[in-house]
Amino acid sequence: MRLKIGTPKEIHEGERRVAMTPDSATALQKLGHECAIETGAGHEAGFSDAAYEAAGVEVVKTAAALFKVADVVAKVRPPTETEVKRLRKGQTLISFFYPGSNDELLAQAADKGATVVAMDMVPRISRAQKMDALSSMANIAGYRAVIEAGNNFGRFFTGQVTAAGKVPPAKVLVVGAGVAGLAAIGTATSLGAITYAFDVRPEVAEQIESMGAEFVFLEFDDSELPDGAATGGYAPPSSPEFQAKQLEKFREIAPDIDIVITTALIPNRPAPVLWTRDMVEAMKPGSVIIDLAAERGGNCELTVMDEKVVTDNGVTIIGYTDFPSRMAAQSSTLYATNIRHMMTDLTPQKDGVIYHNMEDDVIRGATVTHDKEVTFPPPPPKIQAIAAKPKEKPKELTPDEKRAAEVAAFKAQTKQQVTLLVVGAAILLGVGLVAPASFMQHFIVFVLAVFVGFQVIWNVSHSLHTPLMAVTNAISSIIILGALMQIGSGSFLVILLAGLSIFMAGINIFGGFLVTRRMLAMFQKS
Amino acid sequence: MEFGFTTAAYVVAAVLFILSLGGLSGQESAKRAVWYGIAGMALAVIATLIGPGSGLWLLSLLLIAGGGTIGYVVAQRVQMTEMPQLVAAMHSLVGLAAVFVGLNAHIELGNVLAMGPEEREALDGFAALLAHKTSVEISILRVELFLGVFIGAITFTGSVIAYGKLAGKVNSTATKLPGGHALNAGAAGLSLICLIWYFNTGGVLPLILMTLAALFIGYHLIMGIGGADMPVVVSMLNSYSGWAAAAIGFSLGNDLLIVVGALVGSSGAILSYIMCKAMNRHFVSVILGGFGGTSGPQMEVEGEQVAIEADGVASALNDADSVIIIPGYGMAVAQAQQSVSELVRKLRAKGKNVRFAIHPVAGRLPGHMNVLLAEAKVPYDIVLEMDEINDDFPSTDVAIVIGSNDIVNPAAQEDPNSPIAGMPVLECWKAKQVFVSKRGQGTGYSGIENPLFFKENTRMFYGDAKASLDKLLPMID
Repeated sequence: MRLKIGTPKEIHEGERRVAMTPDSATALQKLGHECAIETGAGHEAGFSDAAYEAAGVEVVKTAAALFKVADVVAKVRPPTETEVKRLRKGQTLISFFYPGSNDELLAQAADKGATVVAMDMVPRISRAQKMDALSSMANIAGYRAVIEAGNNFGRFFTGQVTAAGKVPPAKVLVVGAGVAGLAAIGTATSLGAITYAFDVRPEVAEQIESMGAEFVFLEFDDSELPDGAATGGYAPPSSPEFQAKQLEKFREIAPDIDIVITTALIPNRPAPVLWTRDMVEAMKPGSVIIDLAAERGGNCELTVMDEKVVTDNGVTIIGYTDFPSRMAAQSSTLYATNIRHMMTDLTPQKDGVIYHNMEDDVIRGATVTHDKEVTFPPPPPKIQAIAAKPKEKPKELTPDEKRAAEVAAFKAQTKQQVTLLVVGAAILLGVGLVAPASFMQHFIVFVLAVFVGFQVIWNVSHSLHTPLMAVTNAISSIIILGALMQIGSGSFLVILLAGLSIFMAGINIFGGFLVTRRMLAMFQKS
Repeated sequence: MEFGFTTAAYVVAAVLFILSLGGLSGQESAKRAVWYGIAGMALAVIATLIGPGSGLWLLSLLLIAGGGTIGYVVAQRVQMTEMPQLVAAMHSLVGLAAVFVGLNAHIELGNVLAMGPEEREALDGFAALLAHKTSVEISILRVELFLGVFIGAITFTGSVIAYGKLAGKVNSTATKLPGGHALNAGAAGLSLICLIWYFNTGGVLPLILMTLAALFIGYHLIMGIGGADMPVVVSMLNSYSGWAAAAIGFSLGNDLLIVVGALVGSSGAILSYIMCKAMNRHFVSVILGGFGGTSGPQMEVEGEQVAIEADGVASALNDADSVIIIPGYGMAVAQAQQSVSELVRKLRAKGKNVRFAIHPVAGRLPGHMNVLLAEAKVPYDIVLEMDEINDDFPSTDVAIVIGSNDIVNPAAQEDPNSPIAGMPVLECWKAKQVFVSKRGQGTGYSGIENPLFFKENTRMFYGDAKASLDKLLPMID
């Protein structure tokens, strides 16, 4: 039986996103699923019912009907009470859920026997990046924050020298270099602003600089700095001393900054206040503050959630919480893709059958109710979020130690060479004692030739090893001399064997030299 | 002609051969060096033909001409990807020739010893040389020719098997007869007994027995060595063919044979050493086959292999300033070197810094990759060896791995329990972005998982290397 994935119209006020696009529906159908959508669900995001129908999606008249036909309901916002009531046993709901602050809904959903997959609970491991909806939404929020700031900012971002006078570039400060922060940095720098960025995790300095911003350094003892890798990639709360230092720094630069974008969030806590009233007052009139943490109380002391306020000294503070929704077409596309990836993981056989594998770190982490039970919070993932502990640095050697090591190496080398020489000479002398003079003559030639061979071959360039083998092949056919000397013998057998040897050596000589020439002719300098 | 002239010609030939090998230190001087080798060989053959002891001139010349024609045709026709097979096949010929010449020396010795003193005086050439030997010298001669035949026989069958494996005519996995190395040891013991037997009696039976045992050793030894160890095997056989010639030179009392044999022998030995060092393996363990044991559990490889399509690779390449390409045996198998060259030409035309990183054991023959790239007209000054380029990866935008696996395995550095721990590898994962062109998800020769494929900056570009690159080429603009 093929499962049906249905997406209702978002009922949250002002929400314009939709969890399924015609493109994602096509991909879902390839997994063996059928798709359904409530009429008008994609309208606000720019996807018409006709576009869905063209992609083979069934358009359903009402939300109630949709919940009835769908085996999997995919939506954006957490479900309302009415929506939870519509869930039935065995049905799967995929949406943002924020289970930490939605206990009641969670209990209700579990009671209904529905499985709820919370897109905001997808663990932050590399394998799950493709379904990390928080990151894809944060990316949009970061971009939109800069655009929104530009909309409220009366000047250019980029510095210009025009016939009508010189325009200084805007100075943008991004606080918190998570996904949203980095996106904001990228957008601001590409608009031409001078961008500064701050984060409590010093290890992100490299990322900040790679996006073209300048990292605002605090002078602080490294050992007291928090380690982001231990808390799933999010910044942990910082110590009071550190916070004081941080505020002092912000206070110092506040008068220079035209646009502030704050994105600092700490998991399961209100947003830290980083931009205080006096900093706002120190800013120039016309400056803009975009507070992406407004939903959790805001990083700026004066932020009002979901509103734009202008302070007495002319600073605009924007506390919108619906940045992704303001770019509904883009965010729907990305969110629908996240959902599709989640479905791909849920249907490993691509046969339209959901296999809800509670052993899988990602699926287990995101699932908050299953089989009438609340499965939140999940156990810690088996895999650590970001790369393991930093490796111990190899110990730096002091110059003295280095010299000592060099001397020791030199001594060892000398010792080795002398031993080799002594042993070699002893063997030679030993052979000389018993062997007749005629043998020794040849033997000396042999030893010298080996010696010359070693000296010469070490200098052969690595890239010419194949020609070297071919040419040594050719010259090892010097064995032909032996055969030539023997072929004059009277015995038939000798002549036969010698003849064969000459023939084979002939192949080798010509083949070896010619192929070497052919190869060498191919080596060309640019 | 006088004996003195021949000797003088030999000295000149020996010098020419040394110059010929020495000239291979650089690409340009190498082109001259081949001619030294050819001149040396011509001089040696002519001097021997007109020197004492030779006969049947016409037959000799005809045979050389006949062999030469075959050699010429083969050399013109061979594909550069088939070089390993060709080299192995040629080694087998040298080995067989050494066996024949050794047997001939034995027969001649028998004939001469059977003659009376008067007859001996009438002999000339090689036989005369034998006739003047004392009994101690004859004993030494026996040891020498015995050794020559022994090494020659091992070289012969070993090279035939190596040829079969490289040409895909014999299954290239390591297989052993029941009994394994005990069989080899038994055959070697038998050969030793035969040596003592032959030393004392001079009969033909121990010689034949030993030849058979040596043929078996050559066969069984190489059968037990797998595909990617072939560079070591081929260079080792190269070395053996040299030592065989040197041993025959001793028994014939011919200094030129000794000199050239020693040169070739040491050349092969050094190549084997370089190859073993590049794999961080002991020569003995390569010859005995199989990888060394591990000292503990291997690191778990985490994450997943992320695939990418040609358009993604193309856009990364279009954005990159510096690119390093790491070719391996897979490139040779897919015959992708022309496509690689075309890609490099396009990228370089856009002013990007494109280079090649060659691991010493990439391919099936020392220097195999260099020859393939040279054939595809990649200039040799952008083809660098491991030590020259390994430090440049962190400042590289894109590294492309084409058909190599173990030589780019970070486990060699990161996991002390890995079977290849300590092997020098190309640190391509330090580049900002790595693309791996690979047929499927299989492991490399060593059979171990490659954590490179799971790294965050690695994208897998699945498919036949040539087809993938051809798909990629039109997208580079």
